[in-house]
Amino acid sequence: MGTARETADGREHLSRVVIDPVSRVEGHGKVSLLLDGQGRVREARLHIVEFRGFEVFIQGRPYWEVPVMVQRLCGICPVSHHLAAVKALDHVVGAAHVPPTAHKLRRLMHYGQILQSHALHFFHLSSPDLLFGFESEPGRRNIVGVAAAHPDIARQGVLLRKFGQEVIRATAGKRIHGTGAVPGGMNRHLAGEDRAALAAEAERMVQWSHEAVGLVKRLHRADPALYDGFGAFESGFLSLVRGDGAMDLYEGGLRFRDADGAIVFDHVRDQDYRHLISEEVRPWSYMKFPYLRRLGPQAGWYRVGPLARVQNCDFIPTPLAEAERREFIDHGRGAPVRATLAYHWARMIEMLHAAELIRGLLADPELLAGPLVAEGPRANEGVGVIEAPRGTLIHHYQVDDDDLVSLCNLIVSTTHNNQAMNTAIRAVADRYFDGRALTEGLLNHIEVAIRAFDPCLSCATHALGQMPLALELHAADGSLVDRLARD
Amino acid sequence: MSGQFQLDGQAVPFEDGQTILQAARAAGRYIPHLCWHPDFPPHGSCKLCVVKVGGRHLSSCAAPAVEGIEVESDTAELRAERRALLQMLFVEGNHFCPSCEKSGHCQLQAQAYEHEMMSARFAYFYPPRPVDASHPDIVLDFNRCIFCELCVRASREVDGKNVFALSGRGIHKHLVVNAESGRLADTDFAADDLAANICPVGVILHKRQGFRVPIGERPYDARPISRVELAAGGREADE
Repeated sequence: MGTARETADGREHLSRVVIDPVSRVEGHGKVSLLLDGQGRVREARLHIVEFRGFEVFIQGRPYWEVPVMVQRLCGICPVSHHLAAVKALDHVVGAAHVPPTAHKLRRLMHYGQILQSHALHFFHLSSPDLLFGFESEPGRRNIVGVAAAHPDIARQGVLLRKFGQEVIRATAGKRIHGTGAVPGGMNRHLAGEDRAALAAEAERMVQWSHEAVGLVKRLHRADPALYDGFGAFESGFLSLVRGDGAMDLYEGGLRFRDADGAIVFDHVRDQDYRHLISEEVRPWSYMKFPYLRRLGPQAGWYRVGPLARVQNCDFIPTPLAEAERREFIDHGRGAPVRATLAYHWARMIEMLHAAELIRGLLADPELLAGPLVAEGPRANEGVGVIEAPRGTLIHHYQVDDDDLVSLCNLIVSTTHNNQAMNTAIRAVADRYFDGRALTEGLLNHIEVAIRAFDPCLSCATHALGQMPLALELHAADGSLVDRLARD
Repeated sequence: MSGQFQLDGQAVPFEDGQTILQAARAAGRYIPHLCWHPDFPPHGSCKLCVVKVGGRHLSSCAAPAVEGIEVESDTAELRAERRALLQMLFVEGNHFCPSCEKSGHCQLQAQAYEHEMMSARFAYFYPPRPVDASHPDIVLDFNRCIFCELCVRASREVDGKNVFALSGRGIHKHLVVNAESGRLADTDFAADDLAANICPVGVILHKRQGFRVPIGERPYDARPISRVELAAGGREADE
C-alpha cells in the first residue's frame, strides 16, 4: 500500500539520485529519487536505514529499568522517552495520579526538554537554510555561519538551549540521560539554588523566545510565496489536548482533525490509542507507517508535532503564546495552515509557551518539598502518551506478575510523520526538480522539507552541515552521468 | 607479635595472622579487591588484589604479612594487570551500566573507573543468562555475576540457608539457585538475608526500588572506591 510516486512503474528504466545521509537532522536517513528521461521525478522515498530493536530487548527486563533504558533511544529528547515510559508505568504501579510535587517536577523537566530541543532545531539545524537561502553557499549554511552573520541570533539560540538543558539537569540530575522520574513519581526535589539560578534567567528566555517567533514571522512575510507554498499539502492533525481543549504537552486526550480542520475524534483516552492507530510495514524502510484504523493506510495518515498541536488545540494557556497562536491561525484565513515551513513558526510559538510555563513553575514552592512517590493497586499494563518536541509519543508496556516487561510497543513522534515527510519531499521534488540540472542547492530543497519536521531518525547524530554528502546521477543504463560530493 | 613490611616503599605495621591486605587497610593503605569482604575468610578468586613480593605475584587477601618483605601494589605494571582482569570480567558477562540499578554503588563499575578502564578491549562473550524474577521481593540478574561467591558464602555461613552455589567449570561456571526447579521462589530466601544485601555488583536486587536513589547521589558517584573505603575507616562501605 502506498501513495502516488511512492513506487514508480518501470523502475529499472529510471535514473536514480540518492541523498545519503540527509544532513542536519537527528539520526540517519537517506532519500532516493527516480527520474525519467525528461528529468521528471517519478518516485521519491525517505528511507530510514537504522535499526534499533528497543522494543525487543526491553522484553524480559524489570519494569523499573525501563524509563532509564529507553531514554537511550535518543540524545536529543531522552526526557520525552523517560517521561512517556514512567507515565505508562505509573499505571502499572497503581499511581496514575502521582503526587502534585512529582507532577510539577515532571512538567518542568518536560518543558525544559521542549525548550532546548526546539531551540536546537531552529537555531542550530534549520536557521541557516532560512536566513541564507536554500541554495546559498553550503560552507556557510550552518550554525557557525549564522554566528558570523547574525551573532545575536546565534547567541540567543545557544543560550536558550543551554537554559533548557539546565532545567533538565536540575530535575533529572544530568543534562542528558538523567534519572529524575521513577514509576509513581520522582526521586528528587528541585534544589533551592537551582530554582534561584533558573528563575534569574527565566524572564530573558521568555523574551528571547518571543523574539524568535518574531523572526520566523518576518521570514514568512518577506517571502510569502515560498513560505506558504513550499511543500504544502493537505493532511489530518493528531495531538493531545487538555480536557478544556487547551494545548497540553504533558498529558491529555487524543484529538484528531481532518484536512479541513474538523474534529473527527476528541478526548480519546491515551490508554485506548491502539483502537485508533495501527501501523503498516513497507519493505523499503525500517520506519513503520502509522494510520487511523477508521480511515485505513491510504487516507488515514496524518501529521504530528508543532504544526498539528498549535492548530489542534482551542487555545494555549499562556498569554504571549496564545496571542501568537491567534496570529498564526489568522494566517490560514479560515483554513488550516498546511505549509511545511510553517512548522518552524508553530515550533517557536511552542518554545515561547514552554518558556512561559517554566517561568511560572519556578515560582511554585511545591517543587522544593512534598511527597514524591505514590503507589496503589498493581496492574499489568500501561500506556504513556506525551507530546514530545517532535510530536505525539506513545509508550505501551505489559508487565508480568514477576515484574518483568512482556510487551513493549513504541510509536515515536517521527514515525507518525513518516508518510507526511514522504509526501512533503514528493511535493518539493515535483515543484522544483522537473527538468533542472542537479545541484547541491536543489537537493538541499529536499532536506529543507525533511528538516522542517525536525525528524529524529534514530538517536542523536548532530551533523551541523558537515556530514559527507554524495549525490550520483546514473543514466537509465546504470552508467554514472554526474556526481556531486561534499566532504 | 607484630612487625612491619614495606608497601610501595612505605612501612606498614602488622599483627600476627593478618594478611597483607588486612594490614594495609588497617594502616589506611588501599589495595583494590572485589571478592574479598572483611567479614569473610579470603576467597582469592578475583585476583584484583594482586601484589608482587620478591618478583612473584600473590593474592594479598590470602598472603600473610611477613616481617621485612617488600610489596609492590600501586605500580604501572600491576595497575595494567588489574585493568585487564576487569576488562575480562566485563566481557565475560553482560554489563550495561547505563540502565543498571546498581550504577554508582557497583564495585565492578567503581573499580573500572578507579583503574581508568576506557574500553572493553576484548571481544564480548554475550552469554545467555536469563533473569530469575520468580521471587516476590528479589530479582536475580545473572548477567552481571562476577563469581565472587559472597552470596554463596553469606547464605551458607551466616544465613544458614545455602541458597546459592557456583556450578560448571572454567568458562562454563555460573551461579545457580539451590532448588529442584532452579528458581529463587522455590527457596526460603528472604529480602533481609545477608545474602540478599551483599552482592558487590547488580545480580541480587530488591524489587521495585530501582532508581529511587538518584544517579549522582550514590557512594561511588562522588568519590572513587579507594577513597570511599578509606573514609569508612578501613571498613567496607555498606552500600
